[in-house]
Amino acid sequence: MKQFLDLSLSGLTSGFIYAAFALCLVLIFRATRIVNFGQGAQAMFTTYIALDVVQRTGNYWLGLLAALVSGFVLGAVIERVIVRPVETGPEINAVIVTLGVFIGLIALAAVVFGNTFEPFRAPFGLEGFQVGDTSINLTPTNVFNIFAVVVAMAALLALFRFTSLGLQMRASAFGQEVARLLGVRVGQMLTLGWALAGLFGSLAGILIAGGNFISPNFMDSVVVFGFVAAVLGGLDSFVGAVVGGLVLGLSLAYVQGYVAPELVTLAALGILMVVLLLKPGGLFSSSVARKV
Amino acid sequence: MSDALTQTNKPDEKSLATEGSPQSGRAGGLLRSTLVRHVGLMLLALVGISLLLETVSPFRVSQLGELTYFIPAVAGLTVLTGLNGQISLGHGALMAVAAYTTSVLLDQESPLPFALIILIAVAITALVGALVGAAAARLHGPYLAGATLALAVGVPGLALYFEETLGGEQGLSVSPPRASPNFATFMADVTGESLSGQKFTAYLGWALSLLVLLLLSNLVVSRYGRTWRAVRDDEVAAELAGINLGRARVLAFVVSAACAGVGGVMIAIITRLTAPTTFTLVLSITLLVAIVIGGLGSLVGAIIGSLIVVFLRPFVTDLGAEGGLNAAQAANVAPLVFGIVLILVMLLAPRGLVGSVRFAYLTRQAARQAKAQR
Amino acid sequence: MLEISDLVTTYGPVKALDGVSISVPAGKITAVLGANGAGKTTLLRTVSGLVKSRSGKVTLGGQDITRTPVEGMVRLGMAHVPEGRGVIAELTVEENLRLGGLWRKDDDKAERMEEVYEQFPPLDKRRKLSAHTLSGGERQMLVVGRALLAKPKVLLLDEPSLGLAPLIVNQIFTLVRDLVDRTDLAVLLVEQNAKSALGIADTGVVLNLGRVVASEDAKTLLADEGLRHAYLGF
Repeated sequence: MKQFLDLSLSGLTSGFIYAAFALCLVLIFRATRIVNFGQGAQAMFTTYIALDVVQRTGNYWLGLLAALVSGFVLGAVIERVIVRPVETGPEINAVIVTLGVFIGLIALAAVVFGNTFEPFRAPFGLEGFQVGDTSINLTPTNVFNIFAVVVAMAALLALFRFTSLGLQMRASAFGQEVARLLGVRVGQMLTLGWALAGLFGSLAGILIAGGNFISPNFMDSVVVFGFVAAVLGGLDSFVGAVVGGLVLGLSLAYVQGYVAPELVTLAALGILMVVLLLKPGGLFSSSVARKV
Repeated sequence: MSDALTQTNKPDEKSLATEGSPQSGRAGGLLRSTLVRHVGLMLLALVGISLLLETVSPFRVSQLGELTYFIPAVAGLTVLTGLNGQISLGHGALMAVAAYTTSVLLDQESPLPFALIILIAVAITALVGALVGAAAARLHGPYLAGATLALAVGVPGLALYFEETLGGEQGLSVSPPRASPNFATFMADVTGESLSGQKFTAYLGWALSLLVLLLLSNLVVSRYGRTWRAVRDDEVAAELAGINLGRARVLAFVVSAACAGVGGVMIAIITRLTAPTTFTLVLSITLLVAIVIGGLGSLVGAIIGSLIVVFLRPFVTDLGAEGGLNAAQAANVAPLVFGIVLILVMLLAPRGLVGSVRFAYLTRQAARQAKAQR
Repeated sequence: MLEISDLVTTYGPVKALDGVSISVPAGKITAVLGANGAGKTTLLRTVSGLVKSRSGKVTLGGQDITRTPVEGMVRLGMAHVPEGRGVIAELTVEENLRLGGLWRKDDDKAERMEEVYEQFPPLDKRRKLSAHTLSGGERQMLVVGRALLAKPKVLLLDEPSLGLAPLIVNQIFTLVRDLVDRTDLAVLLVEQNAKSALGIADTGVVLNLGRVVASEDAKTLLADEGLRHAYLGF
């Protein structure tokens, strides 16, 4: 029973992070109909930048800020320079380009920052909370992670719902041509979408890193998990991404605990295949027909 | 708008000289002459490779050996992605299946004859390919990419899980097959020196690679190749023409998996170590780089792409070392270059080398014809 | 207000517009008519910048806007209601309308939204609902209302009657006529339904294969049976 509780807590904590990552993929997919396989590598790179800042200043929060800012900028640059030329072409071209970013950034990180595992500071304690005379598998850092993701999601939601900028972004995603006729600078909105996704991805990256070791490949599995979570929720839905992330986090935690840690990624693949074959639109397929 | 997939409707053939040749009356006659032509080419190539292997330095011999684990896998992948339109990031994992099968079979007290081992490894990989292909048959674009990505990232985990049989993190060491005494004596007589293990492995690899290329080049111009292209270009039309989409896709996957299997066998006996670190995502993406550089769907492109990948790697690694990087860092310059190349090719020449040349040639030919008709 | 001179637009080797010149004065409705493929929609898309013209000139209030990018047109006072209406179905009615008024720096945005709701009661009832729940006629009202929120000087309307019942068509046309009579709005109306369009228009321009074959007072055009039969189908 205790194991179940511990695994569930661990699953929820990672679930929130997968949800954040899935959110960036959905953000980009809604705007440009591209799945950004390079997102994980971007997050990894900015986490290394954050590590550098933390090591120089001794301040975790400056590192967090650095990660978010560099994630935002990197996302914008990648969209504007690398992805823009292939946005309108066949799908496969864009997929290949994002894979180029994936492998390129990982290799660059290995060259610039080194290939070994580096420890990353945690913002808060790493000891599980005491309940009665046992400690549960929830640490102050875990709580912070969940809190950070929830706050970021709320901010994103507020941006989209209540601001004119958010409205323009949504219009650009749903009706590009009409949006242009209405005066929306669609190109800028797309870049902004990628920039925000970059920020979210970087948040996920630095939260995962806290209290762990990072290496150029540390986000590889997260890309897969984020993708599966996004597909679970339907690549078009924010709410779906969040639920998908949590569901996936829990499922994988149980696989890790009850089956084997080495098979977690394959389990994610299994879940992906089941969803794609049974309910390809995700568990919450968007029911709005794209009519005009 | 040019894209990586759109090749002209000409059948992909190994020899550009056959471009534009008139269709003969009997389809059987045409096929036979194509087969004969291809066999002839392969034999010529074999002679050429043998000459090379006997005359170049051991380092080059090892590079020629390296080519033999890329070429079959890259050729199979370019047929799958270029001709049939299915993008796979998981072919590195398929190579791993074959490599591990080979390693385990070679690790026995009295191993089976090597020819049998090759067949078993390739068959198992083809079977896995059938399973993956069946699951993937209904997926498109990013979904297929994501699923095969998960495969590539997840399969090494199996090696860690089955630690005792598959060697875990350390991997399995492989003792490559030795030349039969007859062949060894023959080679010694012909060349005047004794046949090194490395050279024998290279010969073996090239024999296999050329065989794979022969089979693929005939498949590509056959009914199957046409079916695959039809499925890629217009599903609805293909289905209306009576093509079973799922079966065509799975078949393409199985064929490409078998080719990856051949590559996997070679990687085991050439590198002599089969470990999870060989089969990272970088391998799958390196295969992708090769087919993109060459041009999707082109077997000639597959060869060119493999050549570039194999010969570029040590070149840029050395550049890195000279630039002051340590060994681990220098080893990463190659994947960095590959990533940049992938992006640049997509942005500037999505048809790849062969595709762009062919496109330019055909465009000029069409313009000439149009002018002649006026 | 809007002057189109010798506009040429090509799609590859095909000349969709072959030297079209039209005047769209303020306070008047100029109807552009003709068969399918005559170039009517291409005309509007070229004027608003969605499609680049080969040659020719477009001026708005004297200002040359031939090379102005699409996104800038609204700010200069041109609103284009495209073919198919252009409702963004995933957004609510209110959000669609808000998009219309984004570029105005005025403070009376809220008031003017209320005016639109007053003018189109069905929209008022469905403010917070997703736009995909609207019927064809309601969608047309939505996009016209949205266009008007930008306080345009010239309004481009592409086949507003498409797919709508005659009663609704009548409603919308009456509304547009009324608007033009009250304000100084210039309207360039592209229509298949030539009869109804000529009913409210001041001038009728007939396009055929990318060229202007007739440009008359609307009433004169209605009376010219030969022309009507040849190009307008009635």
